[in-house]
Amino acid sequence: MRHSTRIAVGPVQFRIGSDWRAPVAALERLYAAYPQDAARPADATVRLFAARPWRRWLRPSVQIGGDFVVPDALPLPLSMGLLAAEMGMNLQVALGWRRHLLLHASAVARDGRSVLMSGVSGSGKSTLAALLGEGDWRLMGDEFTLIDPASGDALAFPRAVSLKNEAIAEMAARVDATRLGPLLAGTPKGDICHLIPRADAVAAMHEPARPALLLFPRFGGATAIERLGEGEAFVRLTEASTNYTALGEAGFEALTRLVRAVPAFGISYPDSAAGLALVEQLWAEAER
Amino acid sequence: MADPVYRAAPVEALRVERLGELTAIFDRRSMQTHLVVSPLPEILEAMSGEACNAALLAARLAASFDLPDAAETRAILGERLRELASLGLVEPA
Repeated sequence: MRHSTRIAVGPVQFRIGSDWRAPVAALERLYAAYPQDAARPADATVRLFAARPWRRWLRPSVQIGGDFVVPDALPLPLSMGLLAAEMGMNLQVALGWRRHLLLHASAVARDGRSVLMSGVSGSGKSTLAALLGEGDWRLMGDEFTLIDPASGDALAFPRAVSLKNEAIAEMAARVDATRLGPLLAGTPKGDICHLIPRADAVAAMHEPARPALLLFPRFGGATAIERLGEGEAFVRLTEASTNYTALGEAGFEALTRLVRAVPAFGISYPDSAAGLALVEQLWAEAER
Repeated sequence: MADPVYRAAPVEALRVERLGELTAIFDRRSMQTHLVVSPLPEILEAMSGEACNAALLAARLAASFDLPDAAETRAILGERLRELASLGLVEPA
């Protein structure tokens, strides 16, 4: 490919190739402070290429490829090349990673212990993790958390946080503008802006944290806490894992151990402040 | 009523983990995870990898559980055996 870069996010070394300079330049800016190791072989490859040769110039549209492809994925316009790159990185990890149990969950850590927050898009897991990561928590990741089958520890995957819609203004009011990527307006997921995690979160990205609290947030509605049994947490996490089936018995063992060791709650909250308060309250109770 | 015999999965083929009200069963042959509720785990345990029909199962379970009228129990157990067969955890002998 004409343009390429390498990015290490947690245990995953990405190689990203692109027909255009712009998406690679945008990634290099977001990931400038991440550790670089040019000699390390790539675990996952993402390719951003023109859907047709002439499309590189004329109404350019970006097709996402790599080790794994989704046949029906629509190309995105070049103005959303950064989004295509991020989607490509997520896709390669979601479909290809086998070393750890991959959970579709955000995570934050404090004192070597972690809170995992699992939910669908719109549940607020990403915004909650980003807000906690600006306080006295270490952001481990806003999208994926990796569970080590051998130790049961959570490993960070702190890619740039994908802020969506209302969350963009909420974070922009709190962080330095240099930590925000370009605004990608009107994407298939609404408006998107990437937030560069704090330097301490990036520096600590290889430090595992023992799971201590498992939350299933739901944004909207009155504040509520519902204790979930081990079986329900297990079911929800198998649904939230992209590689549970591929891991076979190792995945089964990692998940049964996780839901037995860690208390699980469903939480509903009307706004971010209420959500943050619930996390702190349940964390304090889990510590006792 | 016919009381067919089912052969249980070999004990080493299954990994059974109780998770509160649910029991997760990993079948090493199919790599599938099954989530079941009582009395399916108890039935599998009572079969202990052997061939059983509902009458034999009822006799074994009666040793551990307080079971109602024998005919009714056998009918229920026959139904549960068919469910286990549909999951591939037992098969017609």
